[in-house]
Amino acid sequence: MTLITQAPVLDALEARFPGSLEVVPAVDQPTVKAPKEMLLALMDFAKQSLGMSLLVDVTAVDWFPARPRFELVYHLLNPDTMERVRVKSWCHLNEEMPSVMGIWPGADWPERETYDLFGVVFSGRGEVHRIYMPEDWEGHPLRKDYPVAGPRVD
Amino acid sequence: MAQGVKTDDLFETGLHSSLSRESMVLNLGPQHPATHGVLRVRLTLDGETVLHAEPVIGYLHTGFEKTAETHTYQQANTLTDRMDYLSPLTNNLAYVLAVEKLMGIEVPKRAQYIRVLFSELSRLGSHLVWLGTHVMDLGAMSVLFYCLRERELILDLIEQTAGVRMNPSYFRVGGLAYDLPEGFHENCQRFLDGFPKWMQSYKNLVQGNPLIEDRLKGVGRLSKEDALALSATGPILRASGVPMDLRKSDPYCFYDEFEFDVPVRTGGDSFDRFWVRMEEMEQSVRIMNQALAKIDPVGAYTTTDRKVSLPPREEIYGNMEALIHQFKLVSGGFNVPKGEVYQGVEGPKGEMGFYIVSDGGARPYRWRARTPSFYNLQTMPTMTRGGLVADVIVAIGTIDIVLGDVDK
Amino acid sequence: MGLNQDPVKSVEEQAAERGILTTTVEKMTHWAQKSSLWPATFGLACCAIEMINVTNSRFDLARFGMEVFRASPRQADLMIVAGRVSQKMAPVVRTVWEQMPEPKWVISMGACASSGGVFDNYAIVQGVDHVVPVDVYVPGCPPTPDALLFGILKLQEKITRGLPPKYRELAAAGGPA
Repeated sequence: MTLITQAPVLDALEARFPGSLEVVPAVDQPTVKAPKEMLLALMDFAKQSLGMSLLVDVTAVDWFPARPRFELVYHLLNPDTMERVRVKSWCHLNEEMPSVMGIWPGADWPERETYDLFGVVFSGRGEVHRIYMPEDWEGHPLRKDYPVAGPRVD
Repeated sequence: MAQGVKTDDLFETGLHSSLSRESMVLNLGPQHPATHGVLRVRLTLDGETVLHAEPVIGYLHTGFEKTAETHTYQQANTLTDRMDYLSPLTNNLAYVLAVEKLMGIEVPKRAQYIRVLFSELSRLGSHLVWLGTHVMDLGAMSVLFYCLRERELILDLIEQTAGVRMNPSYFRVGGLAYDLPEGFHENCQRFLDGFPKWMQSYKNLVQGNPLIEDRLKGVGRLSKEDALALSATGPILRASGVPMDLRKSDPYCFYDEFEFDVPVRTGGDSFDRFWVRMEEMEQSVRIMNQALAKIDPVGAYTTTDRKVSLPPREEIYGNMEALIHQFKLVSGGFNVPKGEVYQGVEGPKGEMGFYIVSDGGARPYRWRARTPSFYNLQTMPTMTRGGLVADVIVAIGTIDIVLGDVDK
Repeated sequence: MGLNQDPVKSVEEQAAERGILTTTVEKMTHWAQKSSLWPATFGLACCAIEMINVTNSRFDLARFGMEVFRASPRQADLMIVAGRVSQKMAPVVRTVWEQMPEPKWVISMGACASSGGVFDNYAIVQGVDHVVPVDVYVPGCPPTPDALLFGILKLQEKITRGLPPKYRELAAAGGPA
């Protein structure tokens, strides 16, 4: 099985942000890891210069009990060349992530979903509300320390 | 009709001068016949004009992702069926392709062709339900009965093969659950031969019908830029002028060996979305005819890698090793190497993708479904702004949502 | 001619011979009730699609006088809970049920509605009977249209036999409705 560590997208990103990105070998598509401080600059560059005009998905992975705890995962796609890139970033518990809604308005719902299910708060956008669970729900279900059955007692 | 008319303009022309400028909030759903399930829409209205339509979702939130983390990879396959339950097999396909990619499994070509055939059958079934229910929302009852009648034939083919009508979990990691049943080729061919005639009968009912066309033309317009910015995929994106179809542009399962066209329109209104789907149905039949011809009546339907695929029954009774494989697979599942993978396929509603993170164990560490309806539904406020209340129903219909897919 | 001429045949038998059927008002009501159940249009998930299929020409629910799906719960007396009930949906299900006029019946269609099914998790109510009293459970994931028809026939049988709806049964036992 070959891991992707080189791609034109990665070269372009590396040329624009030298030394600050980490290339993560993956089986399916070019993957980079960037600190959250430079996430917006990276995303803006990806959209404007690399033609990644479609934000395919925004989600998170909870690596509890590791620190930083949350890994944010963005899948981007260039619909003309079908090039894909996965951008990863991370944040600690109770830290805020910059919202990419200013770049792709379509990030609205997935960011709300990430807040609802992981409790990751996004800054730079309006107030983030829960999307799936009722407004008065306690806890964030997809966290690893949240029981599968929830608060239910059987 | 009222698309593009700003309410402020109406006030300035004096049309509304005698009325108060207060807006009204109308709640649609979650129990409403035209919202295709448990969708709730909060409409802010000025008279009949929609100022803002805000979908409120989560009424069918099922916790698939959390449940899947407690299942083995093979068990989690059954959950995927229940997301977009109108087209369970394309969900299966995205999932098994993702796991296979992560594990580096080679699947026999015959199995891939069968997957293509059943994915297209699923797409056809999903589009038939869309056509019937959408046209029923527009006021025509009879199309639904014709569509359901033909969908029964698709369900029969699936039942014959996989044992159940809906949620078959027919695709497994490594191949298929079972081989095709006896007589499948003839039955499927009979269906495919009959379909153009039925398709024509739907067209006769809707094509050029002013009652339907007036409700669709110019309604729910979505520009190419908006569609991309809001992460819409599938027929919605193609009706707005972006020719992106993963089957063509990022092929999987040997889709590049098939001849078919990707219907694209540029208007971005409900009418275009309607006809993109109608044309897609014809293309699906075209693909299925080719796939059926490519599938040999006998051959491998799953990989011989016994670490992921169950051994055949006969072997289990006579072979100790096969028995051990069977026991290990059923009781503990198989381990997936550490890593992450994303795989998208072109479902009937758009890009259905799975992002799976494995920690090397037999259960996924993170199991993320990128469901098309969830993203597509985001386009609704843009589509309906400035339109009429009746146009909201049309927009919901042409977005073609399945709530299991939205709420997952 | 008087009715009591033949000492061997009962009064009813003699009446039947003359084309007169006798029954009680109660039985008559039950017969009418079971033959004209009006289900509420209330689909939740996968099972809802099979519920729609039950009305199509192949399965033809109209044979049992039940094809009149009502969009308003105020016009319906049968609720078919077709699909999984989430924590967020549960209060809505209860409200819809409360809006239905009495007497009313509930069919729980499918594994999720009956017990939570494969979704033993935080999001799904583990059986709709936590929310509304259920008369008939139909197993399956999703149940085939035939299975739903069987469930409906069982409900009709229950009504014909004059058994009270589940919520009355619970109320009579002193439990919560």
